[in-house]
Amino acid sequence: MALEAKNVYFRYNKKQPWVLEDCTLHVEKGECLAIFAPSGYGKTTLAMLLSGYHKPTKGQILLENNPLPQNGICPVRLIYQHPEKAVNPCWQMRRVLEESGTLREELLDALGIEPAWLNRFAHELSGGELQRFCVARALLSGADYLICDEISTMLDVITQAQLWNVVLSEAAKRSMGVVAITHNRHLAERIATRVVDLPNMDK
Amino acid sequence: MKKHKTAPNRRTKLVIWTSIMALALIAVYILGIFIPDTAVFSSFLNAKQPPSFKHLFGTDALGRDIFLRTLKGMAVSMTVGIAASLISAVIAIIVGIAAATGSKAADAFVNWLIDLVMSVPHTILIILISFALGRGLKGLLIGIAATHWCSLARLIRGEVLQLRAQHYIAVSRRLGKSHGWILTHHLLPHLIPQFFVGLVLMLPHAILHEASISFLGFGLSPEQPAIGIILSESMRYLSAGMWWQAVLPGLVLVLMVLLVEQTGEHLQTILNPYSVQQ
Repeated sequence: MALEAKNVYFRYNKKQPWVLEDCTLHVEKGECLAIFAPSGYGKTTLAMLLSGYHKPTKGQILLENNPLPQNGICPVRLIYQHPEKAVNPCWQMRRVLEESGTLREELLDALGIEPAWLNRFAHELSGGELQRFCVARALLSGADYLICDEISTMLDVITQAQLWNVVLSEAAKRSMGVVAITHNRHLAERIATRVVDLPNMDK
Repeated sequence: MKKHKTAPNRRTKLVIWTSIMALALIAVYILGIFIPDTAVFSSFLNAKQPPSFKHLFGTDALGRDIFLRTLKGMAVSMTVGIAASLISAVIAIIVGIAAATGSKAADAFVNWLIDLVMSVPHTILIILISFALGRGLKGLLIGIAATHWCSLARLIRGEVLQLRAQHYIAVSRRLGKSHGWILTHHLLPHLIPQFFVGLVLMLPHAILHEASISFLGFGLSPEQPAIGIILSESMRYLSAGMWWQAVLPGLVLVLMVLLVEQTGEHLQTILNPYSVQQ
């Protein structure tokens, strides 16, 4: 029961250099893996690959020993670094959440989402408030794995802690696998059961 | 949120202005439709009179009241304009979405087609199409509709390409939504402002083309009170000093076109989601 990357190579097109070379990692269900790397080492690209937004140029992404499904609901959910790009600007937040599943009051409460925010549009919320909605959307969808691509970079320390507490407790309750991508060493050590350094992993 | 009593903000003012302008356009249109044919009878007793209170725009060589005839002409012109730009805008939406979401070959073909149609001067193309289809209302309509979709189609293609690259579309797809669902829920709502603004900004072009093609004699038939016909008839009498036959209907045409254009631009500001709080 794991999400695996097997000898994954990736480049955006043939003229460009490899972004990722021979990258192998696996996440068990119920585990929280932190991937740590400085800027520009392909953290986001890896997140996109693991959640099926990109296809690896060589190698495979396996979910329970099968390739990731290309159509239908993907059991691996990615939370983006930039929430303002991940929400349709013409939709009220209630609709954004309902796109992935039915609302659960206690989850919204735990994330500190006020009921009034549900009737707002994306540009009427701050980045941190919006990111909570993106987390809520990912958690509501009933995914088995959660890829968090620097989801708390734009938040203050208290909100970061609050957000990660919700994510980790929800993940523990449903025994989800979590991949946390970050360049904050302290955060990585605090939340993860295992920390992987991306620069050491390939090459 | 507390409500403060203040002067209406810019957005409210804009909405009011746009409504007034739209109402003025609709009023001219309805007036034009409801003026009976008998109101613009010809009477040689009244022929060639300059503007007066009885005949605001004067009368023409056949003694018909030019003001009423201009109003009727505007209604005909607007009908042609609205119908042609509506057809054009629908073509533009379909072609634009097809180019942006279809295969590379389809995209290349659409771009080539747009370049082709845009490289031929519209007037010549409309004359050719209108002539080939036997002139009259039908030829003119098809001619205008077939030439005006290009720039809007290109705009919509660009917009759809940009939208397709958005993260929330990718998220939606990974949430298991179908292409059709994404098209109707994510893409089309974003295109509605483009569609309406494109439509309204196309309208003056369509009206002017209708008038100019009719003026050149390739459009509507001479007995119809279209604005182009009125202007082309007036040319014969211009050298006799009957300026009102050309100037006044011409001014009305310019005024209507400006009014539509302004309405379109206001609409653009109103429908833009980022100017909501102005």
